[in-house]
Amino acid sequence: MSTAAAARLAADTPGFLSPTGVEVLFLLVGVVTLGAAIVSVTSRRLVHAALWLVVALGGIAVEYLLLSAEFIAWVQVLIYVGSVVVLLLFGLMLTKAPMGRSPDADSGNRPVALAVAVTAAVTLVTVVVDAFHSTWIDLDDGGPQGTTRVTGEILFRHWVLPFEALSLLLLAALVGAIVLSRRKDGRTGGENGGER
Amino acid sequence: MHLAYPAVLAALLFCTGLYGVLARRNAILVLMSVELMLNAVNLNLVAFDVWLRDALHAGQALTLFTIAVAAAEIGIGLAIVLLVYRNRGTSDIDRLRALAETDKPTEPTDARAGAPTDTADTESDGAGVAAGTDGAGGTRPTRGEATA
Repeated sequence: MSTAAAARLAADTPGFLSPTGVEVLFLLVGVVTLGAAIVSVTSRRLVHAALWLVVALGGIAVEYLLLSAEFIAWVQVLIYVGSVVVLLLFGLMLTKAPMGRSPDADSGNRPVALAVAVTAAVTLVTVVVDAFHSTWIDLDDGGPQGTTRVTGEILFRHWVLPFEALSLLLLAALVGAIVLSRRKDGRTGGENGGER
Repeated sequence: MHLAYPAVLAALLFCTGLYGVLARRNAILVLMSVELMLNAVNLNLVAFDVWLRDALHAGQALTLFTIAVAAAEIGIGLAIVLLVYRNRGTSDIDRLRALAETDKPTEPTDARAGAPTDTADTESDGAGVAAGTDGAGGTRPTRGEATA
């Protein structure tokens, strides 16, 4: 039974040896994204690490586009590449991170971290490939699924309440960040921020 | 497109972020690695949403929510890191050892007082709920301290 089912599955889904154009593009962008991510977590220059993170996050945005999730791709570009990385760069500057090569960017438990990461990668990739090696995403049928129209309809028709709760969360985070970064000595924060 | 491509890419990106979280020393670089892990999860969410053709598009909605929560997290996290840097003069996470447990106790009386309560703790834990009342005199204050 299993061989017949496997044969039917293999006949239904296209193989890995004849990739479509979207798949080739996905693979190329994926290699670039993964390489940028690896450089970003191993680079000894902190600012370069943050800038490689831009490449990785932008590559993920391109992958969203290739998966026909258009709105999420632009949200990714706006929020991650636009604001999160700028925040990280400002954080690096405000903590007086060394601009050049810093020898102590990695802590002492680097071999343990490498072992854990490689073990997790091997396990996850094995499980994922074993589970989904014959699963096919039909991108052409029924048009793109993540256009701004579709996303807006589902977001404001079915997910309104979580959306509003999220706005409260963002407000709380904003107030919390302001309160945390204020000086505690009674003077106002803005002037001291200028002095420092 | 095969579902295996985005799933494998997301798994590898997640493990890259995992390595960064464990191996980096600067707190801001740890936050960057956390962002990589969150992005890997987002890629999985979008891929599975497109594959399942969910009528509510729960995957994409959850991806947008994850992005917003990650933005809030990075704001709060950077504020905390800046505060720590302002107070301690460093943002290296392995030099922030104010809460670290030292091997040798500062006072020997603490060590003698600590040993029986520890054994009482393990005994009451092993014996179940009813035995928790037996050594209550010794265990309760330490439990209160531990949870506080």
